Amino acid sequence: MNVPKGDVGGHMIADSVPQIDKTTLPDASGHFGVYGGRYVPETLFTCLQDLEKAYLEAKADPEFMRELQWYLKEYAGRPTTLYYAEQLTKRLGGAKIYLKREDLLHTGAHKINNVLGQALLARRLGKKRIIAETGAGQHGVATATVCAKFGLECVIYMGAVDMARQALNVFRMRLCGAEVRGVETGQRTLKDAVNEAMRDWVATSRNTHYILGSALGAHPFPMMVRDFHKIIGEETRRQIMELEGRLPNEVVACVGGGSNAIGMFYEFLDQTDVRLVGVEAGGRGIERGQHAARFSGGKVGVLQGCKTYLLCDDDGQIELTHSVSAGLDYAAVGPEHAYYREIGRLDFAYATDAEVMEAFQLLCECEGILPALESTHAVAYALKRAPEMRPDEILVINLSGRGDKDVQQIAEILAKKAQVEG
Amino acid sequence: MNRIAQQFAEGKAADRSLFIAYLCAGDPTLEDSFRACESVLEAGTDLLELGVPFSDPLADGKTNQLAAQRALQNDIHQKDIFTLAKRVRGITEKPIIFYTYYNLVFANGVDNYVRQVKEAGVDGILVLDLPPEEADEVLEACERHDVKTVFIVAPTTPPERLAIIAEATTGFIYYVSQEGVTGVRKTLAEGIGDKVAEIKEHTELPVVVGFGISTPEQVKTVASVADGVVVGSALVNCIGSNLDNPQKAVSTLGAKAHELVGGLSL
Repeated sequence: MNVPKGDVGGHMIADSVPQIDKTTLPDASGHFGVYGGRYVPETLFTCLQDLEKAYLEAKADPEFMRELQWYLKEYAGRPTTLYYAEQLTKRLGGAKIYLKREDLLHTGAHKINNVLGQALLARRLGKKRIIAETGAGQHGVATATVCAKFGLECVIYMGAVDMARQALNVFRMRLCGAEVRGVETGQRTLKDAVNEAMRDWVATSRNTHYILGSALGAHPFPMMVRDFHKIIGEETRRQIMELEGRLPNEVVACVGGGSNAIGMFYEFLDQTDVRLVGVEAGGRGIERGQHAARFSGGKVGVLQGCKTYLLCDDDGQIELTHSVSAGLDYAAVGPEHAYYREIGRLDFAYATDAEVMEAFQLLCECEGILPALESTHAVAYALKRAPEMRPDEILVINLSGRGDKDVQQIAEILAKKAQVEG
Repeated sequence: MNRIAQQFAEGKAADRSLFIAYLCAGDPTLEDSFRACESVLEAGTDLLELGVPFSDPLADGKTNQLAAQRALQNDIHQKDIFTLAKRVRGITEKPIIFYTYYNLVFANGVDNYVRQVKEAGVDGILVLDLPPEEADEVLEACERHDVKTVFIVAPTTPPERLAIIAEATTGFIYYVSQEGVTGVRKTLAEGIGDKVAEIKEHTELPVVVGFGISTPEQVKTVASVADGVVVGSALVNCIGSNLDNPQKAVSTLGAKAHELVGGLSL
């Protein structure tokens, strides 16, 4: 486990945090400091401008927001609980641990918050066809589900490698009537699925909306996806005030593109006494091609629409990544995360595959909760962090998704491990 | 006068469009790629567009993706691409432009990249995923090093953006006649002439048309309304379908380029 140190932006935030003006993040052209922006082929530029305009209008329309709230409550199952993990807390013997149970949402993860928002927006734009990329399949399942509900045509792009390791989710998408297109180019994982989805959109943007699944890509996606997920942090804040009468000391979330994390963190940004930590995928360790910890092994670059931290070689070619979790197995991180890290507001750590496996088993044993491998990265960090904190301190983990989809993969990994050890 | 302007001026004087050939640099090897460039130039190419292979070419169709993948699998690096460009510059005075993606330009510093482009004898750059709105640094570097900029206009580009794009362009404007990625199409899009005329209301610079052009007849049709005709995937296919026989690849490519150049005088 890598706990952030001073040189990776892990300094305690209270001494250096500037005021964050949320009204200018992003600025009018979609930048968070130097990050973000709109680095897309000309064919998509106007489409993105139209989308931004439509989104801002929708956001200001009480009827749209009311409808979204209704679906979030009645269809998705919000609010989710903030659950005191008493056994885990006792086991670790440090801070009081709370779990924000996004895993309890319909379709099994936070992803549906954003999908509902964007699907309603697509309907408002008069677009009848939806495309999306998916890594772990959670975003794909949420998209397929909502498209079934709203009667929208749905095509999901998914890397062939991910289709194999998340077969259950592929089946679920197809049950909902979505066409799942396997992507055979590149590394055949999430990044390649995004490329294919963008290629589709370049040709079809007039009648198709692309429901990007993370706080990534070109403006307005990072802003829009964040806004649709910020309800996670808003609920958490209200709930912890009700339960404990005070804010948590630390909040932790896993970061692939970073949608669950920004959704959780956004509400707490100006509460500088709340430490916010994102956990990236350390894979097999921080060596080229073995991980997806962009802030540990990456640098600033431009990929798939935005400027941000990413993993690339000296020439700028995007590097291979690895993570046990398909959802974090991605070469770039959301631009807003890069900005808040730069100004010292967010800290980042990473958890390795091995640590994640351990944390997964522990949470099952202690709490009877089966976390998604993605979300388990945040749990793995907490296993290390909580014992360093005092019992009167509070640590909140965003449990962004459930692990049913991962069970088969985990069984295989454990069997292999047993074989090696036995 | 720079080579790009010079070539278009010559074309205009002779009342003919330019034939612009796209090839992926380093596909499948540096040596083969040099022969391929040589072959399309001998066939009468007026301007060479060298695609710089990128790991994530999201504006490209299958043909160009595979070409880039072949080059990268053969361990071709940025320095090799510059070497190749220099070598091609050694055999021609025709303009050469790079067709690339922004992360490759950005990775080692924009100014540094553009300087090396100039030193390699390359006359202009087209960065696929860089709209004028994000291009300040590239525009400044290009001006500093006298490298021309090429920007794209798409069928989805509204009239109000044409002025922005024209303002940023110093080489020529590239109208992509199809919504979608690069690749061969059976039919040409309609209304190309109107769109070219609309673009020309905003710029004195040449306007070329590309995406999906693969037959001499299509070349002829496009040449009648544009200052240049770009052919890419139809040429790259000649290499991709003869990977087991590099000599045949080059001869097939030369014949195809010759046939397509012939479209200009149909």
